[in-house]
Amino acid sequence: MDLELQPGELRFLIGPNGAGKTTMLDVLCGKVKPSSGKVIFRGRANAVDVSKRREHEIARLGIGRKFQTPSVFPGLTVDENLEIAMSQNRGVWAVLRAKTSKFDRMRIEANLELIGLADKKRLRAGLLSHGEKQWLEIGMLLLQEPEVLLLDEPVAGMTDRETEKTGELLRQIVRKRTVVVVEHDMEFVRRFASRVTVMHEGKLLKEGTMEEVQRDERVAEVYLGRRRDADAVGSTA
Amino acid sequence: MALWLTQLFNGLSVSSILLLIALGLAITFGLMRVINMAHGEFIMIGAYSAYLVQKIFQSSLPQGWFDAYYPLALLLAFALAFAIGLLLETALIRFLYGRPLDSLLATWGVGLVLQQLARTIFGAPNVGVTSPSWLDGGLRIMTGVVFPYKRLFILALVALVLLAMYLYIYRSDAGRRMRAVMQNRDMAACLGISTRRVDAVTFAIGSGIAGVAGCALTLIGPIGPTIGTNYIVDAFMVVVLGGVGKLIGTAAGALGIGMLNTLFEWGSTASLGKVLVFLCIVAFLQWKPMGLFAVRSRSLDG
Amino acid sequence: MPVSPTTTRGRLWLLAGYGAALLLLLAAPLYLSDFRLNLLAKCLAFAIAALGLDLLWGYTGILSLGHGVFFGLGGYAMAMHLKLEASGGKLPDFMGWTGVAKLPWFWEPFRSFAFAAAMGIVLPALLALFLGFFTFRNRIRGVYFTILTQALVIIVFTLFVGQQKYTGGTNGLTGFATLFGEPLKSPGMKTALYFATVAGLLAAFLLCRYLVKSRLGKVLRAIRDGENRVRFLGFDPSLYQMAAFAVSAALAGLAGMFFVLHVGIISPSAMAIVPSVEMVLWVAIGGRGTLIGAVVGAVVLNEAKSGLSESFPDMWTFFLGGLFIVATVFLPGGLVGLVRQLAGPFGRRNPSHEQLGESSGEQQPVAPREHSG
Repeated sequence: MDLELQPGELRFLIGPNGAGKTTMLDVLCGKVKPSSGKVIFRGRANAVDVSKRREHEIARLGIGRKFQTPSVFPGLTVDENLEIAMSQNRGVWAVLRAKTSKFDRMRIEANLELIGLADKKRLRAGLLSHGEKQWLEIGMLLLQEPEVLLLDEPVAGMTDRETEKTGELLRQIVRKRTVVVVEHDMEFVRRFASRVTVMHEGKLLKEGTMEEVQRDERVAEVYLGRRRDADAVGSTA
Repeated sequence: MALWLTQLFNGLSVSSILLLIALGLAITFGLMRVINMAHGEFIMIGAYSAYLVQKIFQSSLPQGWFDAYYPLALLLAFALAFAIGLLLETALIRFLYGRPLDSLLATWGVGLVLQQLARTIFGAPNVGVTSPSWLDGGLRIMTGVVFPYKRLFILALVALVLLAMYLYIYRSDAGRRMRAVMQNRDMAACLGISTRRVDAVTFAIGSGIAGVAGCALTLIGPIGPTIGTNYIVDAFMVVVLGGVGKLIGTAAGALGIGMLNTLFEWGSTASLGKVLVFLCIVAFLQWKPMGLFAVRSRSLDG
Repeated sequence: MPVSPTTTRGRLWLLAGYGAALLLLLAAPLYLSDFRLNLLAKCLAFAIAALGLDLLWGYTGILSLGHGVFFGLGGYAMAMHLKLEASGGKLPDFMGWTGVAKLPWFWEPFRSFAFAAAMGIVLPALLALFLGFFTFRNRIRGVYFTILTQALVIIVFTLFVGQQKYTGGTNGLTGFATLFGEPLKSPGMKTALYFATVAGLLAAFLLCRYLVKSRLGKVLRAIRDGENRVRFLGFDPSLYQMAAFAVSAALAGLAGMFFVLHVGIISPSAMAIVPSVEMVLWVAIGGRGTLIGAVVGAVVLNEAKSGLSESFPDMWTFFLGGLFIVATVFLPGGLVGLVRQLAGPFGRRNPSHEQLGESSGEQQPVAPREHSG
């Protein structure tokens, strides 16, 4: 399948279970090496085939990834999590000598306000609730300042209120960068009027706006063909 | 030609002993991911049970029966190591699942205690075990090439254990339950398998096989409280090299390390040989670190 | 809202505690017999090694069972210098016995104390970098790395025993007389060496503290918690792991040098498996992930060892084995963790980080306590 993203675009990837959505993100960020095919990234630098690079190189090029289950560092405080996520020179020596400048401090504080964890910044991240961990991770990604951001089910397992807040955060993120979101929550997807790509069994099924996609018969068939997935669409998590 | 043949046989023999020791690890480490540093002491338990059985035969049974002691010793070695393994799993290991480094340290402590216990009971010096007379001598292949029966016996024993393990793990109901638990614990529990029992029995089997290995070691030399430590690291290397969770990998790893060891020691000195083998293993891992990690999940580190 | 210990009062108490401990150490020659002082000096040397190990295990989450090797390399470097000085212009005695006619080329530069002292730190660090390069880069970690370090112990041990001509074999190197022309056994020298060790420990402690408090320290702890996640932040974990491993090995080497100066002998048995694992126990008992814990653990356990093993050598082994079990099962935070727990709400960090982070290095743990997505 082919997937092309424009700078500044917000793209949703949907599809029934096992469609290969998460794998798609894995390939984009280098967690999984594709057996064939290329991932061309035109970032600040010239065009690079990302699939040939190692994960940390890809991250430095400007591709950020948020995983489905929150992956923050439980042993570090909220503050420390943000500090190391910040875009910076990541060489060993540079990091050893790194000082948190006033400007960095401001960025972190602003970020803490944004994700609503300002009063918990000295708390170990392992003690946060599920939703708070998700926000912290989003906050980390914001500070990482990637050009392309890959989000895997950012609202899975959240309460309605948490989902709403996450939606707000996402709007902030979307403004400046290219974002790919894998999501099952159709209600959530609908709120962002943007392009949607439907995947099925590793293939591209349909690309278009949410309405176009909903009207498409093949899409309906894929979802309704399996009762369980149909339920998933109807009564979103 | 004769020399080559002898060396080849030596390599095979070393490999078979390594494999016998590594097979127990292939279960506890390969399947259960428990680093049992006390594995060497289960070997020691097996060795001393052979010593005990031999003593009993010598002291209180007619002379003519002596040769029959060995099969009995094998059984006792397995049973004793199995029982102590069961005890260890219930008392300690089960609290440490999912914490590999902690289990490594705790079992190392257990090993230390068992070693000292053996020293207290049997004394620090090595003791010899007289092998049954039907294992004396050897098979003469050609002039200057004799394959000792003891070594051949160990080869056969390894083949037997390997076969038994294969049948148990892949062909029996208990083995199927075991694989189910090791692959998906929650699912297996939902299907009504007692994961606690499977864990305990699996660990005990691994320990029991170590006991058998210890019994076999009495054939090739004197035994002492530290007999296990001499082999344990090599055996772990076998499992790492072979890739975890696959019997065939363990066999290949044992063959590789055993052969290389013999070859290098023949070509240089024993101490340099070890260095070369280690470098070979590290080099090999550059080429194929696989089997050592393969994470694919939606959560990153889960 | 949980209280962090960085209240001014808590800090003052902590500083006062450190100050008192330092004073006690500095005044030790006044109130300890020569024998006790020498013993304490040895313990302090071990504490340096423990600090390095803690940096690697407690903070970065990498368990090395091979630190005896680095300790031993440092020890041998110093011992070679002392041996040459003791032999005057002649060949070291053991070389004569094994039929070596001329001093081997690599022994030659060890006539210089500065060279020997530098090598005692550089060689372990280089070996660590070498091993780290070939393992961390390929994501060999967790227990696999641990097993490889144990294999390293065995081969280096066999190598040193086997190459008797150059290393003195099983007996190792001993029979030293002087350092800088001053007899090693003289009381003045003993006291000077003691103070040198205190200074070394202090320097090591401050270095580790600097590393741990820097952003680098945070990255190291992040690697402990989730190596893969760190990768997606744009850090190359292997470089950090190599750096931690090298610093850790260098500290072990430094400790080994002091050890030789105090004890007057180094032999392969000092770098065998048991001493290597014992080092881990110092850190485990003291409290991994806290620098002071490593120091306390090393000193307490070694003082206890000399007390127990002199009178009941058998008991010591039982005790040691038991401690391993107790420390891992019941006391994952070590003594420091225990004190913090007793101190109540001020306990700041959950020390049993292994449940949280360790699983990163492994394929699915057998009994996952947490569910994953």
